[in-house]
Amino acid sequence: METLVFGLLNGVSYGLLLFMLSSGLTLIFSMMGVLNFAHASFYMLGAYFAFTISGSSSFWIALFLAPVLVGLIGAAVERYGLRRVHPNGHVAELLFTFGLAYLIEEVVKIVYGKTSVDYRVPDLLNFAAFEVYGASFPAYRLFVIVIAIAMLIGLWYLLKKTRAGLIIQAALSHPHMVGHLGHNVPLIFMTVFGIGCALAGLAGVMAGNIFVTDPAMAIQMGPIVFVVVVVGGIGSLEGAFVASLVIGLLQNLAVGINASFADIFGFIGLSELSEVGRINISSLAPVLPFLLLVLILIFRPQGLMGEKEL
Amino acid sequence: MTDTTDFQNLAPSAGQKFRQRTLPFLILAAILLAIPMTGPSRTFYTVAHQMGINVVFALSYNMILGKAGLLSFGHAVYFGLGGYLAVHAMGWIEEEIGLWGSIPMFFLPIIGFFGGALAGATIGWPSTRRAGTTFAMISLGVAELIFAAAFMFDSFFGGEQGISGDRMNGIELFGLSLGPIAEVYWFIAFWMFVGILGMWAFTRTPLGRLSEATRDNAQRVQFIGYNPQRVRYMVFIIAGGFAGLAGGMAAVNYEIFTPDALSLLPSGFVLIMAYVGGITYFVGPIFGAILLTYMQSMLSDFTEAWLLYLGALFIGIVMFAPRGLAGIIFGFFDGLRGAERGAFLKGWITSLVGGLFMLIGLIILVEVSVRWSNGYGEIYEPFGLHLDHASPLTWLLFLATTGAGIGLTALANRHKEGTT
Amino acid sequence: MTAIALSLKDLNKSFGPAKIIDNVTLDIEKGERHAIIGPNGAGKSTLFNLISGLYTPTSGSVTLHGEEISGMAPHLINHRGLSRSFQVSNIFTNMTVRENVRCGVLNALGQGYAFWRNIGSNKEVQTRTFEILDRCGLVDKAALPASLLPYADQRALEIAITIAGGADVILLDEPTAGMSHSETERAVQLIRTATEGKTLIIVEHDMGVIFDLADRISVLVYGDIIASDTPQNIRGNAKVREAYLGDEDLPEEIA
Repeated sequence: METLVFGLLNGVSYGLLLFMLSSGLTLIFSMMGVLNFAHASFYMLGAYFAFTISGSSSFWIALFLAPVLVGLIGAAVERYGLRRVHPNGHVAELLFTFGLAYLIEEVVKIVYGKTSVDYRVPDLLNFAAFEVYGASFPAYRLFVIVIAIAMLIGLWYLLKKTRAGLIIQAALSHPHMVGHLGHNVPLIFMTVFGIGCALAGLAGVMAGNIFVTDPAMAIQMGPIVFVVVVVGGIGSLEGAFVASLVIGLLQNLAVGINASFADIFGFIGLSELSEVGRINISSLAPVLPFLLLVLILIFRPQGLMGEKEL
Repeated sequence: MTDTTDFQNLAPSAGQKFRQRTLPFLILAAILLAIPMTGPSRTFYTVAHQMGINVVFALSYNMILGKAGLLSFGHAVYFGLGGYLAVHAMGWIEEEIGLWGSIPMFFLPIIGFFGGALAGATIGWPSTRRAGTTFAMISLGVAELIFAAAFMFDSFFGGEQGISGDRMNGIELFGLSLGPIAEVYWFIAFWMFVGILGMWAFTRTPLGRLSEATRDNAQRVQFIGYNPQRVRYMVFIIAGGFAGLAGGMAAVNYEIFTPDALSLLPSGFVLIMAYVGGITYFVGPIFGAILLTYMQSMLSDFTEAWLLYLGALFIGIVMFAPRGLAGIIFGFFDGLRGAERGAFLKGWITSLVGGLFMLIGLIILVEVSVRWSNGYGEIYEPFGLHLDHASPLTWLLFLATTGAGIGLTALANRHKEGTT
Repeated sequence: MTAIALSLKDLNKSFGPAKIIDNVTLDIEKGERHAIIGPNGAGKSTLFNLISGLYTPTSGSVTLHGEEISGMAPHLINHRGLSRSFQVSNIFTNMTVRENVRCGVLNALGQGYAFWRNIGSNKEVQTRTFEILDRCGLVDKAALPASLLPYADQRALEIAITIAGGADVILLDEPTAGMSHSETERAVQLIRTATEGKTLIIVEHDMGVIFDLADRISVLVYGDIIASDTPQNIRGNAKVREAYLGDEDLPEEIA
């Protein structure tokens, strides 16, 4: 029971973090057709910027400033890099962001070193929020949930209630039409790319001190964010939200299951001694998103809630 | 043969065929035969062998990216699985299990080919039903799955230590014990030649041509009676086979395979090799494999930031020369043969010098930063210059070279737009 | 009575609420040259897409030489002897003209997927490719990249690719669209020789071409065939005149 409750709580907070990351990528991918390989690199930049800023001032300033900086870098990347590559097609764009991910990781290694930096949870939030079954749940994780929900509401408001949001929404489903309506499509692209990166940066600020802030954090997170976007479906923020939670829960609950295949499939004669029998469910946790990805792409290519196929 | 002359005049002449098809292979063979005569060093052999393996690997990757238009993020899976099978076969030969005792080590790449093709046939079945971004994503997912599975099945993958073997067993072929590195050279050279020849021949087969047609226009291919999924699937299997062949070469060369060989890193590296070399040309990936292997083994001795240079090179190619090194080289020769040779040469040299200046600027920036970041107090001193991160000279040089580079490239571009 | 090559029975196609093809029934005899005309948006291209397998019919059946083909994948329909061209040139622009045609020829000879033989070594493939190029007047342009062909030649190549596979039922979708008068004349001649002895179904706007080529004409209006008869009788058909009124210059040309 204890593991279940904690699995659920951690799953939700992790899932919401994933949504912060994937909402930006979904926006970018749906509108521009660019599967931004470097999206998780902006997440990493968010964590590192937060480390620097909170070191010299405070976490609260970093919480605001770091995403803005990351967003500006993202907008610059779109303006001076991606836009140049755009005429060569989506594969070229994908490759550009692939190279960018490489580059950002190397620059981070040079500037911050190859090992992890000491980016900590702020003292103000470093206490146990509540206790269940004798174990405590950290307040910071609760804070993550609150910020993520605030972001969710903010994003929802932006998209549904503002004029800019309506244009973005129209561009999500009919990217070609928006240009005909007389809107400045390159500007919209740059803005959306910037906002998407800023959201990734925010996720980095929030997650860098829960997990580890090191140069490998982008490559660890990157593929999972892809999974969320593809599983959720193109052009569907709702789908990305559901997929984020599903994957967050799936991974965190699987970690808590201390049973092997032999325990589960023993009835069909799977032995504890065989290699398959020894595989532990908890050790499968990192693989589950990719299993989900492959299955979804084969059986439901439009994703959980997407309207069109990839 | 009078009745055939009518259509034969549509095909290239015998002289053209010799110059374009036979001659390059004769030159390649001559180079491969001549190399050992120069009495190369051990380091040379080590790097050359890695190049041979990567040439085959990168070409096999280009069968799917360049020729079939499928972007894969998991091609190392087939290299790795083929290589693993070959390492295991190495053990079976050593222990003379069944008929294995009568198979020479020299033929292990064939086992690798088989392993890679089998993996391609299994994994390709669901994934090649789709093309484009979906295919790219499936390849990524599958690569992560296989990599994770590699740590669960120790009997085949050997955990973190991997599986190792000993190549000096079994029957010796051509009097090669494969012990000394100079003997391994003949093994690598032979299989590299076979691999290049085989993959080049593939482009001349109906299926090879059809895969290009499917890449360009999958819909039309359907209406002249072909199943694009079947085309992609078959090409994928063969590409997996050649990746496995490269894996088999690596198995003999290194006598060890670890799960890292299947990971996203080598998959990304082969993508970069092929793309930097130029995916629209058959020889492109060969150029890319040679240059990048050289960079990997040599540059990594000179600078810790070699991956940064690699990333910058890759992005530069994607942005400014999407046809890769081969595109630059062939474009240069085409330009020389063109009408406005003088103007072309001027523009070309201007951009070359501009590029060099920018490169110098980048090197100064990166090298100074690396040393400052390490904090050992080491200082970058090229050509006797003392480039401290705090000295104005450093930043002056950086700004001057970068500025000059950007200016010259812009000038060259303006000229190009002016003439065309 | 001669054998039926292609038969459409109660064929329907809807996209959402829009009914594009409405209960079309049509039999086309072997060796017939059948033209389908109709105002823009009548569903001519949709009809072709249904027959050739690009779309699956909402209901009804398509039979080719007595075999049901509706809902079959395009390449399987092609294997059963039906081949189509496209309204917008749909060729392999990165290949030479000869290679374009060869792709189709290889399929006819069952060697399309071969990976063990040299593409240039099979004499039969080369001979047939040459024949097709010759028939379509493209021999002297065989070595050109398809993308460099002038427009009229691209259209000719489109037809060459379509007939290269040796299908006996040929569907041509507006083969002369966008051509000048003299080019059109050449194209009609080409179509005549290229489809010699085959069943031809052609969608066309140029009435000169239609009345020149066709044995029988069907008039499609709003997804429905309102008349199907010889050119002579179509000319005099009142319903056809009415449907065309205010659309293009057909009435004058007919009269």
